[in-house]
Amino acid sequence: MNTSVDAMALDADRPRAPRAAPHATHKLKLLLRREFWEHKGGFLWAPVWAGGISLVLTLMALIFGEVAARRAAASGKLQIDGDVMINGLDLGMITSKMDAEDLRKLAGGIDLSMLSSSMWPLIVLGFVVFFYCLGSLYDERKDRSVLFWKSLPVSDRDTVLSKAASALLVAPTLAIGAAIATMFAFLLLLSVFVLLHNGNPIQLLWGAGNPLANAGLMLAAIPVYALWALPTVGWLLLCSAWSRSKPFLWAIVIPLFAGIFITWFDVMNLFDLESGWFWKNVVARLLGGVFPGTWIDVANTDGLRFKTPGDMFGHLDALKAMYSVLATTQLWIGAAAGIAMITGAIRLRRWRDEG
Amino acid sequence: MSAVINNVVSARGLRKGYKNKLALNGTDFDIPVGRIVGLIGPNGAGKTTALKAILGLIPFDGQLAVLGKDPRTQRDELMNDVCFIADVAVLPRWMKVKEAIEFVAGVHPRFDAAKCRRFLEGTQLTPGLRVREMSKGMIVQLHLALVMAIDAKLLVLDEPTLGLDILYRKQFYQRLLEDYFDEEKTILVTTHQVEEIEHILTDVMFIRDGKIVLNAPMDELGNRYAEVLVNADKLDAARGLKPIDERALPFGKTVMLFDGANPGQLALLGETRTPGLADLFVATMKGTYA
Repeated sequence: MNTSVDAMALDADRPRAPRAAPHATHKLKLLLRREFWEHKGGFLWAPVWAGGISLVLTLMALIFGEVAARRAAASGKLQIDGDVMINGLDLGMITSKMDAEDLRKLAGGIDLSMLSSSMWPLIVLGFVVFFYCLGSLYDERKDRSVLFWKSLPVSDRDTVLSKAASALLVAPTLAIGAAIATMFAFLLLLSVFVLLHNGNPIQLLWGAGNPLANAGLMLAAIPVYALWALPTVGWLLLCSAWSRSKPFLWAIVIPLFAGIFITWFDVMNLFDLESGWFWKNVVARLLGGVFPGTWIDVANTDGLRFKTPGDMFGHLDALKAMYSVLATTQLWIGAAAGIAMITGAIRLRRWRDEG
Repeated sequence: MSAVINNVVSARGLRKGYKNKLALNGTDFDIPVGRIVGLIGPNGAGKTTALKAILGLIPFDGQLAVLGKDPRTQRDELMNDVCFIADVAVLPRWMKVKEAIEFVAGVHPRFDAAKCRRFLEGTQLTPGLRVREMSKGMIVQLHLALVMAIDAKLLVLDEPTLGLDILYRKQFYQRLLEDYFDEEKTILVTTHQVEEIEHILTDVMFIRDGKIVLNAPMDELGNRYAEVLVNADKLDAARGLKPIDERALPFGKTVMLFDGANPGQLALLGETRTPGLADLFVATMKGTYA
């Protein structure tokens, strides 16, 4: 019982360390970095792998095509322009026979195939962001690490906002980086192929296509993506902060059953709307917004109508069409709903008691 | 400011109900600065709820000031000066030692990264090691190193050594006492391993059914409570002095625990000594689970 005195005496003997002066903090930077540390696999490696796999598939298709073409040429079946028979495929010859109109079509085709080669990292992005949001506020409660995060002077608001920012900005930026890298790798791959066939890749691919404009177009999509994905990210964060178990089930089941209920009883008729309106503007926006390009439905794509299949792909028209989304009420109402749900998630994280 | 805040924690009439049970039922207590206070109670007595209220983790009713602030509304400012280990092994499993240090250094204005690294010297915790690769004892070592490198005014520990072996447990409290505690810091700790923290506490609080039933400095306990080894022939005389607890020993002797009895009278009954915290606890909590 007298040992408490010892404790005090022991303390008095020791020289008092001066109270450390508080140092500057970089909370937002560290919060974002912390999300990246934890989710490096999803944010960075998943899109990189997706791009890599698409390149491997392209390479396999090229080799397969090459083998098939050589076989056909060997048996004399392959003819160009009806009268010139060539041993193997001579791309230099083909280009020389193209007129300006043909070259323009070629450019459009190359731009489109470049864009589609970079699609895989972006599809993966949708899944990564979806499951990231769903787990971000649930997993920390499940493994109780929330008790560690909450022992530090970081507000719930900052924490949740850093997670939203990771989903809306960091992950898409990294995925688009991977997509652009994939696109250039794809061009390199084609260049090798073209070179093997006596073609001039600079003229045929790099000059005709416009990889930089493609890259610019993708980067320009980030703000549209962030605003368009807000309701989905908000909804998933809310479910993640709210559910005691199985956040995935709740996140899916609630909008789905609401939709079924509304379809069943034709509730939307009260507002002179079809049930389809609810599915498109509520259910799809709550669950699908994290997939890039799902805004195409509300975009004004008049400028993009191809008159003929070979029409050139217009980057400026595509950009205009994409940014026309920013002028729609759907985007802004969705964004407002997303912000409201994120606010709800912050409140839930602040007060949820994990017993 | 500091003159006003003599009490690090000041609670009046705390109430918090779960479903149909009151975890805190009009709890009152004060914790002065520079103390190591043990909050001790049986399971379900409201210990963790009280700590959670102090840390602003749950809503509750009543008045509570921690370092002069209300943890319900001023939690964000409060956490600059309060730190806690709320459970064993709650560090995120994906984190590396160096990431933990970098993160806390970046968000906590009072964290000293060099100090933290010094605490980790001589342990098996290398910078690249992930929490998921550590044993429970190592995780607690890391957590303690992180917390001790924070110059906080109040440190709250809720069962910080649960499930650790005795080597880690001893080391934990020893480090806390030697390298962390000083007269400007206050530590509030709960644990079931009463015997192990008894010698480091300056104050003790017993909590039962959401109420504080005993709140005293450790040295006062020695004056107030006494344990007497009573011979069989003096049993009736001893019982006349109304012991709060008695238990029989082999060979016909009985140990009785007295609260506020006259030391002179007790000495006549047999050998007297200061009771251990564990015996006192058992006596005070009699009938809790009945």
